[in-house]
Amino acid sequence: MLPKNDKAYVEMVKRLLPSLKRREKGPYAIFECFQEIPCNPCLTACRKGAVDIFIDINHLPIINYEKCNGCALCVIACPGLACFVIDETYTKTETSIKLPYELLPLPKAGQEVEALDRQGNVVGKAMVIRVQNHKKMDHTCIIAIAVLKEQSLVVRNIRY
Amino acid sequence: MQSTEIAIIGGGPAGMCAAQAAAEQGARVTLIDRGKQLGGQLVKQTHRFFGSEYEYAGIRGIHIANILEDAVRKLDNIEIKIDSTVLAIYGDGVITIEEGENYKKLTSKKTIISTGASEKMLVFTNNDLPGVYGAGAVQTLMNEHGVIPGENVLMIGAGNIGLIVSYQLIQAGVKVAAVIEAAPQFGGYHVHAAKIKRIGVPILTSHTIKEAIGKEFVEGAVICRLDANWKQIAGTEKKLDVDVICLAVGLSPLVELLWHAGCQMKYVPQPGGYVALRDRDLQTTVPGIYIAGDASGVEEASSAMIEGKIAGLSAAEALGYNKNASHMKAKYMEEINILRAGNVGKKVREGLKMLAV
Repeated sequence: MLPKNDKAYVEMVKRLLPSLKRREKGPYAIFECFQEIPCNPCLTACRKGAVDIFIDINHLPIINYEKCNGCALCVIACPGLACFVIDETYTKTETSIKLPYELLPLPKAGQEVEALDRQGNVVGKAMVIRVQNHKKMDHTCIIAIAVLKEQSLVVRNIRY
Repeated sequence: MQSTEIAIIGGGPAGMCAAQAAAEQGARVTLIDRGKQLGGQLVKQTHRFFGSEYEYAGIRGIHIANILEDAVRKLDNIEIKIDSTVLAIYGDGVITIEEGENYKKLTSKKTIISTGASEKMLVFTNNDLPGVYGAGAVQTLMNEHGVIPGENVLMIGAGNIGLIVSYQLIQAGVKVAAVIEAAPQFGGYHVHAAKIKRIGVPILTSHTIKEAIGKEFVEGAVICRLDANWKQIAGTEKKLDVDVICLAVGLSPLVELLWHAGCQMKYVPQPGGYVALRDRDLQTTVPGIYIAGDASGVEEASSAMIEGKIAGLSAAEALGYNKNASHMKAKYMEEINILRAGNVGKKVREGLKMLAV
């Protein structure tokens, strides 16, 4: 069952996180994929071999954080738009989050936007760091935003 | 009268894959579709597909339609008839077709029926007002013709179609006031729900629509809560100011031609209503008539494509063509079983158990 509120959701996501040591090293992917459905593009898209091979396509993907370098290929590949890349080393006070984004108009780098949680509630502000949108991404853009560190696991969308 | 070796009725994902599989074996195929273009429902699916790389996972449905059509058009032994509606399959095997303005007759040695599914309707007051749409119609308008259905939508049904079309509406700049679902839990994939939730669309489970408001067209909707027995709870009514009510309350296989051909049918709720009994080759109880895709039971496009390949190979094999056909069929069977193996495939597996001959 999909968690009813954000707090429960954050608790589920916390269990996916790599070790503190790995988090201090730089960007890493997280897959907010909690339901077994027949799907594997994250596995086939990853060029680092960082998604543990699962033979049964219904199994949930598990990331090998020794291999994941936070490149965000999975963010574009996931049909469920459930992959995000977190970089807790972005600045002393801020985390950067790479979000999959398929709405128009696209924000611009340097733009201040509203930060939303998984229920669509505004939980603060975010700064757009970078917008990636090239042909190969086929309209699933990657928006990199900076949010306060304590919101790393809360912010999953933007509005402006 | 025209004749062909394999007639395939319906040029969606199942029909196109069946045509390719059969033609690659060497059979002469006629692929018939009532639309102005091939692709069936794929041409409206702007989202990326699930599944594995064998079913083009991660690629948008609209692009998959192009990939499949290109493959079909490359094969000289496939004749394509678009804008062609099959009217009947008669006892002597004659298939009648309204092809554009013309009435045509076709005989075939084998026939694959891949006609897809139709949307279910829901009973509520004023459900005939303009502004009450099926989700398929909304997708046709919006994704094929670039026309938005209105400004503010109430979506009925939180299965995959309701969730996906809600997301597509938002992408088109339309507001979705809420998605309501009669069941206590929504049926669609969690990730589809998560996409619209984080945009701020509420998904209200144990809710139904009581009535549409408006004289000439939809000007609002009244929704209410349902109790554990799916009974409306008095006093929980809420009015929403919407101008579109979109119904995504399930699909039923399109099986008229199967009835007409005399296939043995059975009512099974899991695949969506009346469906034909079939053997492992997807052959019905009428020899030479095969089924594939949603017409054989409502499922995902990924399984429709594999079923198409199995039916196409089976029909070609039965005609004596055999380029490694049985080996390929075994591989596709394994592929489709894997897709159906998980939790979300439980319903499909239960349905299939009741339909095997």
